[in-house]
Amino acid sequence: MLKTTPLNAAHKRLGARMVEFGGWDMPVQYKGVIEEHLAVRNAAGLFDVSHMGEIEVKGAGALAYIQELTVNDASRLVDGQVQYSAFCYPHGGVVDDVTLYRFSAEHYLFCVNAANTDKDFTWMEEVLEEGDFPNVSLQNVSHTYAQLALQGPAAESILARLTRVDLKAIAYYHFQQGVVVDIPTLISRTGYTGEDGFELYCPPEQAERLWDALLDAGAADGLQPVGLGARDTLRLEKKYALYGHELSAEISPLEAGLGWIVKLDKSPAFIGAEALRRQKADGIPRRLVALTMTEAGVPRADYPLYVGERKVGIVTSGTMSPSLRVGIALALVETDYAAVGTELTVGIRQRRVAARIVKPPFV
Amino acid sequence: MEFPEELLYTEEHEWVLVEDDIVTIGITDFAQDSLGDVVFVELPEVGAEVVAGKAFGVVESVKAVSDVYAPVSGEVVETNEELPDTPEVLNTSPYEDGWMIKVRINDRSELDDLMDSEAYQAFVEDQE
Repeated sequence: MLKTTPLNAAHKRLGARMVEFGGWDMPVQYKGVIEEHLAVRNAAGLFDVSHMGEIEVKGAGALAYIQELTVNDASRLVDGQVQYSAFCYPHGGVVDDVTLYRFSAEHYLFCVNAANTDKDFTWMEEVLEEGDFPNVSLQNVSHTYAQLALQGPAAESILARLTRVDLKAIAYYHFQQGVVVDIPTLISRTGYTGEDGFELYCPPEQAERLWDALLDAGAADGLQPVGLGARDTLRLEKKYALYGHELSAEISPLEAGLGWIVKLDKSPAFIGAEALRRQKADGIPRRLVALTMTEAGVPRADYPLYVGERKVGIVTSGTMSPSLRVGIALALVETDYAAVGTELTVGIRQRRVAARIVKPPFV
Repeated sequence: MEFPEELLYTEEHEWVLVEDDIVTIGITDFAQDSLGDVVFVELPEVGAEVVAGKAFGVVESVKAVSDVYAPVSGEVVETNEELPDTPEVLNTSPYEDGWMIKVRINDRSELDDLMDSEAYQAFVEDQE
């Protein structure tokens, strides 16, 4: 039995093609991936991301616990701020990448990947139990939140029609709790598309009303519902990692180019810090790169990469870029072959098709 | 959804237009609708042999790679040279501008294995 979000019926009414994702019945497209992708880049798109997980951490000991659990420095957060972070295993592989919300010094919320919610919560409970963290309570509150993402250059002006909250005052990676239409909503200036926009957290029983109100308010601007197909092409163009592709238990955040969120100097050390310090000292063996096809072809996950006859890496995610109309990919490549400008070939079925490593983002 | 009457069809959603011993082959309206936006097409070379039931080319949508199967056996005598540059034509005109290859068939009896428009339409309706 697939899980459904509160918007399941709305998606079907809109003619969505549905697909299974992480145990959920989700829309992959409505009018078409390319049209939806371009709508987000040029106007605005509305995504149902209610399948994502939310886990609350509360108590006087919350920060100390979070500092051990995550790679980034949560002590830098102020009330109303958001931080991109990750949980690592002791060997340095990734449990999940997450966003962390600080409501107050004793109240935090993690937003986690849909496919990992149960795994993450179990991990968090184990870390709590095995460590010395008094005054911390954990709760999986995923079922109390629906989430919509409104993304694109027109996102702010569309949302402004439905709320009195001063959206201009919400800086990137900050949030405010307010009212949209008459619905209590957490308004977060975050997203997975690389465009300006908001992630809106609301009670599940109000989600359909919020969805309909946003589509209505944005119709004149060209706001469209957007599915998971375009969500993937949009994030790929911006070189955003997707767990299971660019991050996994076998891929460290340093290999994935996320060194900027890994605070190795945090004291006490976070879980995985020792392994990552060692990896850094020994030299990181492979790196995530961005590559563009220079001959016609579409790179896809798990296709091999060659320099001459030597296999040097593997594609982690690939597609035909709707914005650029050329094949693009993210790939893990041996560090010696990972420099921008390196010419390589992608193994596509029986052929070797030319590509080049480029400086990200693609768009 | 369209099912032109003058064509023959396969269970893998290819269509065939028969003109003496030359057949034109493409993918159906149902196929292009299921695929979504087509972004890449791989066709065989002129002179290549195709074998009924075996893949002769590839159609790629944004998310996935799909093989295209030969409905009949024979030699490729012409390919649609516009198609690799404008793969989206498979979505907008699957039966006309989206034709893929022309084949000189060597065994007319293979045509008996194909469905007519009515049978194919029923087949598609059963799938849904």
